[in-house]
Amino acid sequence: MSFLTDIAIDAEALSAEVCRDSDGAVVTFSGFVRDHHEGRQVESIFYEAYRPMAENEIRRVVESVAQRLPEVRMAVQHRLGLVRVGEASIVIACASPHRAEAFDACRALIDGIKEMAPIWKKERSPDGEEWVGWQGGGRNEE
Amino acid sequence: MTAEGKSLTVNCSAIMRVRLLLFAVLRDIVGSDEQQLDVAPGTSAQDIWSALRDRHSRLHGYVKPPMTAVNLEYVAPETILRDGDELAFIPPVSGG
Repeated sequence: MSFLTDIAIDAEALSAEVCRDSDGAVVTFSGFVRDHHEGRQVESIFYEAYRPMAENEIRRVVESVAQRLPEVRMAVQHRLGLVRVGEASIVIACASPHRAEAFDACRALIDGIKEMAPIWKKERSPDGEEWVGWQGGGRNEE
Repeated sequence: MTAEGKSLTVNCSAIMRVRLLLFAVLRDIVGSDEQQLDVAPGTSAQDIWSALRDRHSRLHGYVKPPMTAVNLEYVAPETILRDGDELAFIPPVSGG
């Protein structure tokens, strides 16, 4: 199953997908597009991915968490394309017999995905649009 | 992803073909999302980046590529390219 989607994410369906009768906890994380960033108003975000590599990297993050926390079942959906304020850009669901592992897995997944997956966002504000993280974020001139 | 891409060059072993992919801000700066490059054996990802940097003033502050991937795997920029490789320069990621 793909971790990337071009349509709105159904968080309820994602939770239902991972939850079994033996689970006492389902932790979900939803990342939303908010209406501001570093003092600027934000109207929407356009997400782009290097799709096959992003799929691989997200799978790798999931597998590494699964190895550490084998009792947790996990589902991840990251949205691509235009995402408006108030819509989810990513939803993660982690189900486990006990809550500690589910919280742990959920946090590890979002942190790992944000660090590793080749996905980029372009913020659209009333002043124009800009790719996040480029200006001042990696200049390495000596 | 197969690494054994069929080379278009028939009798010239001194030229390798590399597919360069550009995303997000890098695509905007360079003006294309994909380039077929003919390169000499021994060429590294860093060599390709340096050539790109020479041609685009907005890249002058970036002596090294932000991040580099060959055939869908992160690699060091010094990695030597092989015929048929898919090379991508990865601007700072901002998913989630």
